[in-house]
Amino acid sequence: MTAPTTTTTASNPAAKPLPFAKAINAGLRAAMARDERVMLMGEDIGPLGGVFRVTEGLQKEFGEDRVVDTPLAESGIIGTAIGLALRGYRPVCEIQFDGFIFPGFDQITTQLAKMHYRSKGRLNLPVVIRVPFAGGIGAVEHHSESPEALFAHTPGLRVVSPGSAQDAYTMIQEAIACPDPVLFFEPKGRYWEKGPVDLNVPIAADTLNKAVVARTGTDVTLVAYGPTVATALRAAEAAAAEGKSVEVIDLRAISPLDTDTVVASVKKTGRCVVTHEAVTYMGPGAEVAARVTERCFYELQAPVLRVGGFHNPYPVAKLEHDYIPSLDRILDSVDRVLAY
Amino acid sequence: MTDLLSTPSLSSTDEHAPLQLIDPQGHRVITQENEALRAHAASLTLEDLRTFYKDMMLARRFDGEATALQRQGELALYAPLLGQEAAQIGSGHALRPTDMVFPSYREHGVAHTRGMDLATILQLFRGVDHGGWDSFEHNFHLYTLVIGSHALHATGYAMGLQRDAKAGRAAGDEAVMVYFGDGATSQGDVSEALGFAAVNNAPVVFFVQNNQWAISVPNSKQFKAPLYTRGEGFGVPGIRVDGNDVLASFAAAHWALEHARSGNGPVLIEALTYRMGAHTTSDDPTKYRTREEEQFWRERDPIIRVKALLEAEGAWSETDETALAAELEGFGEYIRGYVKSLGRPSSASIFEHVYATENALVSEDRQWFSQYEASFMDTTGGAQ
Repeated sequence: MTAPTTTTTASNPAAKPLPFAKAINAGLRAAMARDERVMLMGEDIGPLGGVFRVTEGLQKEFGEDRVVDTPLAESGIIGTAIGLALRGYRPVCEIQFDGFIFPGFDQITTQLAKMHYRSKGRLNLPVVIRVPFAGGIGAVEHHSESPEALFAHTPGLRVVSPGSAQDAYTMIQEAIACPDPVLFFEPKGRYWEKGPVDLNVPIAADTLNKAVVARTGTDVTLVAYGPTVATALRAAEAAAAEGKSVEVIDLRAISPLDTDTVVASVKKTGRCVVTHEAVTYMGPGAEVAARVTERCFYELQAPVLRVGGFHNPYPVAKLEHDYIPSLDRILDSVDRVLAY
Repeated sequence: MTDLLSTPSLSSTDEHAPLQLIDPQGHRVITQENEALRAHAASLTLEDLRTFYKDMMLARRFDGEATALQRQGELALYAPLLGQEAAQIGSGHALRPTDMVFPSYREHGVAHTRGMDLATILQLFRGVDHGGWDSFEHNFHLYTLVIGSHALHATGYAMGLQRDAKAGRAAGDEAVMVYFGDGATSQGDVSEALGFAAVNNAPVVFFVQNNQWAISVPNSKQFKAPLYTRGEGFGVPGIRVDGNDVLASFAAAHWALEHARSGNGPVLIEALTYRMGAHTTSDDPTKYRTREEEQFWRERDPIIRVKALLEAEGAWSETDETALAAELEGFGEYIRGYVKSLGRPSSASIFEHVYATENALVSEDRQWFSQYEASFMDTTGGAQ
């Protein structure tokens, strides 16, 4: 039995294959062309185009005032972006790597997240913080982390992560258009993977609020976001070969979480596995599990299982594939929930 | 105007002596060293100086009223500016309405010079809001409690001004002034702000009120080199003025703002003053500083010297003083009445303005809370 596959772009003839990084680049370009207040800030994002080349060509196209190579100071990047936003700009900050966001953590959590609230709604802070995150590229320490739960725990921030090239293109534009601050986590291990991208999709705000069923199924709901979406889809494919029908949900956003979409699926399947690269303990999967348990208590046939990072610092590159949730580890949990 | 920086501004006896225009006894100080600074106060009339004095007296009255209200349990907390009136009123009057101010949390005097109704500040200290006034009504941003954070916001705002001027969205002569204290200079954000401001040549003035105490921690435990030199390594020039001297504070700010708005980049001012009161109403300075030290600075009270100068120059009379006292009495009554009129915000307001857009997590909480509240109602609709 092979489960039918649905994605947002599968049947779109206008979609052309584009690597994930190029899709974000195209999204940034479109947002900058649409609104002259959109500007990019970060380390090495000008002539170099960023260490992952996501901003390649943009400084040449839009000038140094709109694509700003900043001093190497993350708090400075976020803090000045807040000031620019107060002046009416829409800064998009690039944090070079996940592990380097922490010098900016104070500005993000004590200032950026709270200023709209403190001002009783008078001030909007449309700041996007792009963070290449998660592992799989054989990097050194501090270059492969998944700190998204730390930000999802902070009211006032939106936290999202695209799981497909199409969403990367659409979501970056919707994040930039959003009047609230958005943490935009880019699965760096997927930057070079191609996916179908339709450059003419309308820009609404749906992707920041709505999860998407990336593959339909009937036996188990497999919840993922960002880098684990592709792994989950491969796991579902492998499970299908063994006659197990796995429904894959790409959350897109972990704050706010689209609980309804997950619950609707679990009410149907009765089983749920959540996977992410972030540390399992106190991770986004725990929130998904709690919500699913609360709302699907009578439909659940098995406890909700989590497949995530172990409770240790991100390991050395030679061992990272023991740490990152793999197809086999995910399938192991799928088998375990089916065994109840 | 760079000659102020190049003058041997600092007296021969103490190379770090702050520039002064009025001495503690109320005499005008006219020296070769302060010539360039004096030029920036030259436009001030005695009428201006009378305004400064009245504003300083009002700020002090505000402090007194707010402190008493805290002691009566009407305010949860209060952060006095006692002793810093000259630095704040002087520098505040050097600003233009189109300039933008990023205050710390003790800048009630500056707020007054911007035209803010000081009573609204007490909403924050009463615990009915987080100080959510309109940042742009008087170009006076919200207070920032995480010290030093706003130095970066000010710098970013100044970067925005530069872009707006280029695009014709601003006149190009606006500047930004950010206020923080000696304690904040130890924060990395202040250093990052100096760096970002310098490389962007941003029109921002860093106004440091060195009141010598960061709660209980003295200058000697915060830094070794004088604060006015802090910007030098970043390429941000600095000057040190007597922050208890309202004229020197005005002139320094006037010079710095002119420097910034003319495209010459950021400047740092150290206004050397003294926190005559406690850090906040929760603090107890008797635990960490001496009566002698407090007495030394009481004799250098910034208000005494302005009044002495005005009297000596025939610009202030007993009648003026009586009229001012009556005015301040009315102000005090207004403050007390305003604070006591502030009721408890509605519980449901907790959930307002978390996000600018509809957010499922907030909606969920709001809905749960309202159902929870409703569960305490009896069937006839009255509270049980």
